[in-house]
Amino acid sequence: MSALDRLDGAGARRLLERMWLIRAFEEAVSDLIQRSALPGLVHLSIGQEACAAGVADALEAGDRVYSGHRPHGHALALGAEPWRVMAELMGKRDGLCGGKGGSMHLVDVAHGFLGATGVVGGTLPLALGTALAIAPAACVVFFGDGAAQTGYFHESLNIAALWKLPVLFVCENNGYAEFTPRSAHTVVERVARHAETYGIASATVDGNDVLAVRDGAASLLERARRGDGPALLECLTYRMRGHYEGDPASYRTSAELAEWRDKDPLPRFARSAVERKWLGDADVATIERAAREAVRDATERARRSPDPEPGALTRDVLA
Amino acid sequence: MPELTYLAALREAMAIEMRADPRVRVIGEDVAEGGPFGATKGLAEEFGAARVRNTPISEGTVMGIATGMALAGLRPVFEVMFIDFLTLAIDQLANQAAKARYMSGGQLSCPLVVRTGAGAGRRYGAQHSQSLEAWLAHVPGLKVAMPATAADAAGLLRTAIRDDDPCVVIEAKLLYYRKENVESLDPVPFGRAAVRRPGKHVTVVATARLVGEALTAAEDLAREGIELEVIDPRTLVPLDLDTIVSSVRRTGCCVVAHEAPVRGGFGAEIAALVQEHAIDRLTGPVLRVGGPDTPVPAAPALEDAYMANAGDISAAVRGLVGKAR
Repeated sequence: MSALDRLDGAGARRLLERMWLIRAFEEAVSDLIQRSALPGLVHLSIGQEACAAGVADALEAGDRVYSGHRPHGHALALGAEPWRVMAELMGKRDGLCGGKGGSMHLVDVAHGFLGATGVVGGTLPLALGTALAIAPAACVVFFGDGAAQTGYFHESLNIAALWKLPVLFVCENNGYAEFTPRSAHTVVERVARHAETYGIASATVDGNDVLAVRDGAASLLERARRGDGPALLECLTYRMRGHYEGDPASYRTSAELAEWRDKDPLPRFARSAVERKWLGDADVATIERAAREAVRDATERARRSPDPEPGALTRDVLA
Repeated sequence: MPELTYLAALREAMAIEMRADPRVRVIGEDVAEGGPFGATKGLAEEFGAARVRNTPISEGTVMGIATGMALAGLRPVFEVMFIDFLTLAIDQLANQAAKARYMSGGQLSCPLVVRTGAGAGRRYGAQHSQSLEAWLAHVPGLKVAMPATAADAAGLLRTAIRDDDPCVVIEAKLLYYRKENVESLDPVPFGRAAVRRPGKHVTVVATARLVGEALTAAEDLAREGIELEVIDPRTLVPLDLDTIVSSVRRTGCCVVAHEAPVRGGFGAEIAALVQEHAIDRLTGPVLRVGGPDTPVPAAPALEDAYMANAGDISAAVRGLVGKAR
């Protein structure tokens, strides 16, 4: 039975709420950056929300998750409190990590989110070690198509297969590694092709279709938890913003952007949920409005959080 | 206690800690077969392949795997055959393991141990002979131990395994097969230097193989009436500054000796700290003894010339004492 079959009104609401929470959050972050009200280097996941929401929906208690440098959506999808994620981005005391991690280093152990990384590919090996420790529970690692050209990726696939580890590699293939298209980085078109070399189960799905992502993740996670070894889920998606906030992204055509705007995962799933009578039109509108309100409140609450006290500078270097 | 080699002491330390704590794991290339030097020999037989795990030759990724194990509550001991290969894994060690606690605001702990052999003298050439401790000591969040005796090899490794932070135990591989009377295999606390020989004229702070060289120099110089106090810091991070400074404040003279190149070496850090805390008592400059700014050569004649020894320490001390007089 597929995850799609199991979905009901409550499930559809959950998925749409999660995607809207991420969208509203990322838009708020973008707005704050444009007003110079948020520091640092920030990579947004607008357009890629279905990947985070779909995979998160397939997780079980005890599973653990790592991410890459575009991790806000993953943390939120796992249940991190939006105001504490925002406070972390703002460098405030009440941030998830007390303000010491920042956008690229979100950690929320209470929700199973063990880390993100500013070094592309850097969390892939961590997922293997954590899988060793928590098996038969599974460890998921999100990464981009750029990370598929790192040594870590290939070494990790090799070892995960060798040791039959319960790892789900989730590639959000958004077609660009920083400022250049995939074709400038490799002759291998599909990341999932690499899984074949190592005898790893894989699926390539429409990453803007939250149900396809959820379905793919659920079946691959199930076999990983059964002890059948690692798996790779390639989600074909697109980031609607530049590589980082401030990147004019002039390397992309307006036609390409328009094409992907039509595939926006949020209205797309909303339409499908209404068609299937999981949700009504009013529900869809309410979910969007509620997400924007929740993010507005979270932003306000984060803004009120104080800066970390000076003593925090030297704490938590060592136990 | 029977005579033990440095290697046997390392093996004993791992076995003791593995018996005491099921979270302790050994991981690395060929560790189930004992590794190239035999440090992990017998562990797979006693503890099984799940706890003593061979890995492919993928140091960078395996460092990340060990880190991921530690972040999830295990206590991995990762053997990196040669410290030269640690260069492949510095990213995971410095960017993930060392920063996990800090970046997570204290949510994560990373009780990872890296064991790695360092130093020249085995005719292995430039990529199997380096001393890279200064690289590691420069990374906040890492602890760095450099055992110079078999007892410390066991004691510091045991402490590292029990520690909640990432620790690198840099083993002096030229000492691996030397037999010593080992009084105790008890854990040796970090941040406590050993005074290997008391003396009143010159303080020599030496690490790893250079501890033995400093003791030889002390014997030679004693015949000239110069008494060396030989201090082995045992851990660079944390560093027992009190023992070093109180010694220098008594002797007024200080020589720092390590095998690594002098330029940018950890000796520079010790020299700086000594002048910050004891300049009013110093009768001359803090001198550094170490390697030249060259890779380690393969030719025995050149490698011998590369390696700082007792003669170099004695020469530095004589120069210092001559100036002071």
